[in-house]
Amino acid sequence: MSFRVALYEGEGASPLDAANRFAILRGLLDKGYRVTCLRKGVPVAGSDSSSMVLGRFGGQLPAAISSVLFHDIDGLDAPAVVGLVDQAQSAAQLSAPGKWKPWFPVIDYSRCTNCMQCLSFCLFEVYGVSKEGKIQVQNQPNCKTECPACSRVCPEVAILFPKYRHSPINGDEVNTEDIRREAMKVDISALLGGDIYSMLRDRSAKSKSRFSKERDDERALKERQNCLAKLQQEGAIPAEVLAALPSPAEILAKAEAARARAQAAIEQNEKRTVQQS
Amino acid sequence: MSTPRRIVYCNCSFARVLAPEVKTKVLEGLAASGAAFDAVPDLCEMSAKKDLALVQIAEGDVAIAACFPRAVRWLFSAAGAPLDSDRSRIFNMRSETADAVLGSLLRDDGTTTT
Repeated sequence: MSFRVALYEGEGASPLDAANRFAILRGLLDKGYRVTCLRKGVPVAGSDSSSMVLGRFGGQLPAAISSVLFHDIDGLDAPAVVGLVDQAQSAAQLSAPGKWKPWFPVIDYSRCTNCMQCLSFCLFEVYGVSKEGKIQVQNQPNCKTECPACSRVCPEVAILFPKYRHSPINGDEVNTEDIRREAMKVDISALLGGDIYSMLRDRSAKSKSRFSKERDDERALKERQNCLAKLQQEGAIPAEVLAALPSPAEILAKAEAARARAQAAIEQNEKRTVQQS
Repeated sequence: MSTPRRIVYCNCSFARVLAPEVKTKVLEGLAASGAAFDAVPDLCEMSAKKDLALVQIAEGDVAIAACFPRAVRWLFSAAGAPLDSDRSRIFNMRSETADAVLGSLLRDDGTTTT
């Protein structure tokens, strides 16, 4: 549970000055604290052990409720209040909020077909598979900030990055034009060497033949690099992310490992389906 | 008298995807309204950390001011706290005006009736 600050203006506390209330709210939020504004006599009950209650109590602090900390902020300006919360948070030995920019993929399961293309594509092991064989985002901190490349290879427009600039990756509704554009990406994803998508969608002999050609390691590496360069030119992948990419040999090894994980998940799911039928 | 919806405001503190004037005006309006509300720094961070507060928020009637509804719903879902579509309303500070968001939030809370 995140460290929670309650700004209390109910019974037994004087209301805050409007400008100071806003400044305190803004100051605490910008530092990553969660703030609950309690007013109209709403009781403090329901607070948890990681809470502190701030209010203008005029020196008459309410009786302690379990482990909730009350603090009188009468006469304090916003920076002083934020400092007070910093101290309490530090004393409680809670990790400081806001140390990581929350950039990671979110799966829209109403669109996801569990094709494992994202698992196969991502070199940073952001994705994993649940016990039930369902694709999951399991290692959010591994994701490279500002890189939405996996969402660009998703054939179903099912991967969101809420902090991304453009639609529909930012979570905006998906329209028919988006779907048409994603369908064209099949060709791009086929360039990546981990051609799980086409393997799933087209099991014809022709498709299998093409797939086997594309599994050529050198070709896969070259084309993956070309694809990354193309995405970079489109502004999809920041230069610092590309700079942080592993060496070509490591990329090959990681790509192979990711492909194996995706393939294992697909085979496991197929086995499960057979057993259930 | 029905229980007012819980109001949740996301400040999207760690990115610049919300127009500062929109989120400032919505927060100012909430602070001045007299309504009780939760202001969270970043729903994305809470989702990534599977913050149990999201479960509490998803349990009841809730009005959320954040970003695209599709993103917010799946962020909650990813944290194991799926929102009930009949009991939750999401207002988008990326595409709606501050006045529209604020008006909707406060109407949902029962603080205003217009």
